[in-house]
Amino acid sequence: MEILLQQIVNGVVLGAVYALVALGYTMVYGILGLINFAHGEVVMVGALTALTAINLLVGSGLPGPVILLIGILAAAPVCLAVGYLMERIAYRPLRNAPRLAPLITAIGVSIILQYLAVLIWGRSYHAYPELLPTAPFDLFGARITPTQILILVLATLTMVGLLLLVHKTRLGRAMRATAENPGIARLMGVDTDRIVSITFMLGSVLGALAGVMVSVNYSIAHYQMGFILGLKAFTAAVLGGIGNLGGAMVGGILLGLIEALGSGYIGDLTGGVFGSNYRDVFAFFVLILVLIFRPSGLLGEKLADRA
Amino acid sequence: MNALLGTSNPRLARGGALLLAVALVLLPLLVGSGFGNAWVRVLDFALLYIMLALGLNIVVGYAGLLDLGYVAFYAVGAYVYAILSSPHLANIPAIAALFPLGLHLPMWLVLPLGAIIAGVFGVLLGAPTLRLRGDYLAIVTLGFGEIIRIFLNNLNRPVNITNGPQGITQIDPIRIGGVSLAKTQDVLGIAVPSLYLYYYLFVILAMLVVFVSMRLENSRIGRAWVAIREDEVAAKACGINTRNIKLLAFAMGATFGGVSGGLFAGFQEFVSPESFQLIDSIMILCMVVLGGMGHIPGVILGALLLTVLPEIFRQGAAPLQVALFGKVVLDPESLRMLMFGVALVAVMLYRPAGLWPSPTRQRELGEMRGNVP
Amino acid sequence: MRFPVVVLRFAVLAAFALAGCGKQAGEQATSSSDEVVVKIGVASPLTGPQSHIGQDIKNGALLGAEDINASGLVIAGKKIKFEILAEDDEANPTKATTVAQKLVDAKVVGVVGHFNSGASIPASKIYADAGIPQISPSSTNPKYTQQGYKTTFRVVANDDQQGPVLGRFAVAKLAAKNVAVIDDSTAYGQGLANAFEATVKAAGVNIVAHEHTTDKDTDFAAILTNIKGRNPDLVFFGGIDTQSGPMSKQMKALGIQAKLLGGDGMQTPNFIKLAGDAAEGAMASIPGLPKDKMPGGKAFLDKFKAKFGVDVELFAPMGYDAVFVFADAMKRAGSTDPVKILPEIAKTNFNGVIGPIAFDEKGDLKSGPVTVHVVKGGKWEALETVTPDGDKK
Repeated sequence: MEILLQQIVNGVVLGAVYALVALGYTMVYGILGLINFAHGEVVMVGALTALTAINLLVGSGLPGPVILLIGILAAAPVCLAVGYLMERIAYRPLRNAPRLAPLITAIGVSIILQYLAVLIWGRSYHAYPELLPTAPFDLFGARITPTQILILVLATLTMVGLLLLVHKTRLGRAMRATAENPGIARLMGVDTDRIVSITFMLGSVLGALAGVMVSVNYSIAHYQMGFILGLKAFTAAVLGGIGNLGGAMVGGILLGLIEALGSGYIGDLTGGVFGSNYRDVFAFFVLILVLIFRPSGLLGEKLADRA
Repeated sequence: MNALLGTSNPRLARGGALLLAVALVLLPLLVGSGFGNAWVRVLDFALLYIMLALGLNIVVGYAGLLDLGYVAFYAVGAYVYAILSSPHLANIPAIAALFPLGLHLPMWLVLPLGAIIAGVFGVLLGAPTLRLRGDYLAIVTLGFGEIIRIFLNNLNRPVNITNGPQGITQIDPIRIGGVSLAKTQDVLGIAVPSLYLYYYLFVILAMLVVFVSMRLENSRIGRAWVAIREDEVAAKACGINTRNIKLLAFAMGATFGGVSGGLFAGFQEFVSPESFQLIDSIMILCMVVLGGMGHIPGVILGALLLTVLPEIFRQGAAPLQVALFGKVVLDPESLRMLMFGVALVAVMLYRPAGLWPSPTRQRELGEMRGNVP
Repeated sequence: MRFPVVVLRFAVLAAFALAGCGKQAGEQATSSSDEVVVKIGVASPLTGPQSHIGQDIKNGALLGAEDINASGLVIAGKKIKFEILAEDDEANPTKATTVAQKLVDAKVVGVVGHFNSGASIPASKIYADAGIPQISPSSTNPKYTQQGYKTTFRVVANDDQQGPVLGRFAVAKLAAKNVAVIDDSTAYGQGLANAFEATVKAAGVNIVAHEHTTDKDTDFAAILTNIKGRNPDLVFFGGIDTQSGPMSKQMKALGIQAKLLGGDGMQTPNFIKLAGDAAEGAMASIPGLPKDKMPGGKAFLDKFKAKFGVDVELFAPMGYDAVFVFADAMKRAGSTDPVKILPEIAKTNFNGVIGPIAFDEKGDLKSGPVTVHVVKGGKWEALETVTPDGDKK
């Protein structure tokens, strides 16, 4: 029973990590209908930029959480700039191009960001200093670290914040109008280019936050860390219904749970024929099943033919 | 050939075909003597990628179904060849009793078998995803590609089928009528090295793939695919059985991938899951989109560029810096990747429909520009 | 519309011509007056997820060439200058063969590489056809040297050598009763883990779990929780430091008391950096005697750090030694011709940074001692040197 509880905690924490990244994906997709494949790389840039700042401060005697906050604050403007440039250079000129053209530029941007990172930070796996207390809390026999709790809280706060932004503010209304129909929105006086820019910058700042938190949790950062993370987050976003903020959260947590419980119990379920090596198979299998019955994801609205 | 060359004048076409044939025969000789055998090997791989890209072009270019897991079919073809034409199966006692040296089936049996099995996998992928569109389809196909790779990586227990991450070694080279392409062979008094023999085989098969693609494009099926791509609902209303036609696109595309995979296994004489990763699927998709979706010459150009360009950057990155600054300032490997990334972005910005889009599609795009926000 | 096809062909040719120019420009700066330049190829992943290790191998080989050049190698009355030709195989079997062909075309005398078994094996055919000796610093798949080629060597213990030694260590010294095994689903990690598992199983140890992760994962909570439920007294990990570092941290967070044991992929400074406090008590083996007992071991690490500004990741010493094996064979052969060097490499008996190097008839490193290290006070310390019991050659 303790083991099951621990696996659920593991799954929820992993899911929150995915959700944090997936929110950035979904934000952009919701407005533009564009998968920003380079989002994982923004996360990576955030993690590595923050690491540079953190390493400068780590001997200064400041308390860990303060250093962490400064790290995030240092990474945010860099990612914001990256997001802005990315949109201006690689996506905006292609807004009316065939649907797959931005996919190629996204891959190009990913490669560029990765190898700029190599030139700046090198190829090594960098250790992230321990900034938060590591002593785990006991939760009915399951353990959870303060970092993991912080991730859960941040993912939830971010989601709630974004929901409020999109549904309760003037900017949010402009975003929704742009998502609905950019042409009409422009006729109504919405500066759609500006809205798209803001969306991208917002998504990238979220990426910075996600990057730092992921790296603090696993105490590791590397120029290729964005790829797998981005992929999983993208899967989570689709599972929940891409473009839907709540969906990103639900999809993330669900994917995390599937992975944790899958690798925890698949061996017992199949009599040892399959093991934890089939974790991702299990995750994708559930994804396919969900999409067969709900082709637009769990919380996704039935979209008009976006394809 | 006429259709590929785009002319209806038979004399012109014949002349063009002749010229093309001569060029294709001479190409490896020029490349090999001028720049070394490594470039002939690059050409060999470029031809394999042309076949792959043309296969994916059926799914993405014609039928408009976004597939991010295409490399799975390449993998299936390669592993079918590897398992059936190597000593590997001798590790299973039941088979070792019958065939102590493992199965060594001939190429003319294994290649079509690989193609058929890949085709079956194509249908397996297509069937559950018929209702999905766009990005949802992309993620499912991506997942499918990963599932296949994970199975290949782990099917070494309980029964060792794929030998897991260690890969399968000592695969038989491709033999044609008992003549092994892995050794230098005497053809009409000329000693032709292995790399060139494979080149000529791959050229012939690539032309065959081009021919099949062209016939498909202009057939009833091809037009049905395009109809689905443009508007699935309208296509259905016109009496097209969209389910079967879509499945056929997946199956046909997968078949091409299976053949290329078999050729790859015979050429390399080694397969391991490392050759079939997500990034490979993405690269093949890039070839199709960068060249010009749905347009055969464009796709060929895209495949050529994306196999040859990184190799040129590889040669150029360090000497270029020496020429400019007198020493190597930036890490040449990173610079090479940077240039590659910039090239991808630049091409798409200047030619959003691909480098060489089909004329009709280009016209449509021109019209669209005006009225879509 | 015939025109574009022709243009296309010409474009390709022109592209090749351009590339050729670049190549020639690179080759110009080779020989000076009475020096003979000998090219040694290095092939490893310099881009992609494993590029930090690929770069490590390349740096090791560069340092080796530099040291040899500084020592003034003279063969057949001529001063020899080693030049390293490093190529990026992207850890991709397809690229590996292209790179191999490129090195053969460039007339290298020997090749240090590749990193992955999946790259070394397909490339070995090309080197074998050209008669060029290949010394892999890191490919542990036993199949690599079992293909019947005379040109394949390695300066790393293969899985069938290191796994059993670790297994015996676990049984005899750690008195392990219940062992959990984790591998990273790569040729190296899984090969090592399976060899280890087979040995301890044969000794009657209970394998409570065999879990898998990948070489890209950083979250091991689920498999570790599973292991925790089975109460092992030892956890064996087949894989490298980038996984085992975070893994030992997560073991601590989950409250797993069992010790972590690994192979040479884990015995690195980076493991301690990544694992932090959780590294204490972790054990890992490395072929050869303890570094500080070896001539030049400590000096090598310092020299490396001084030259490249980074610590040794993993296989730099192997890359370094491989270059020395070539130089050593050239001295004995009195020639720089691969045909003459090849038989001399097989007879190598050389004391390198990694320990004594000698090859068996297949080209594998003859089993020497393996030293198990333990992390104490944030540093790797030699715990015990295990000699192979002669059951494997």
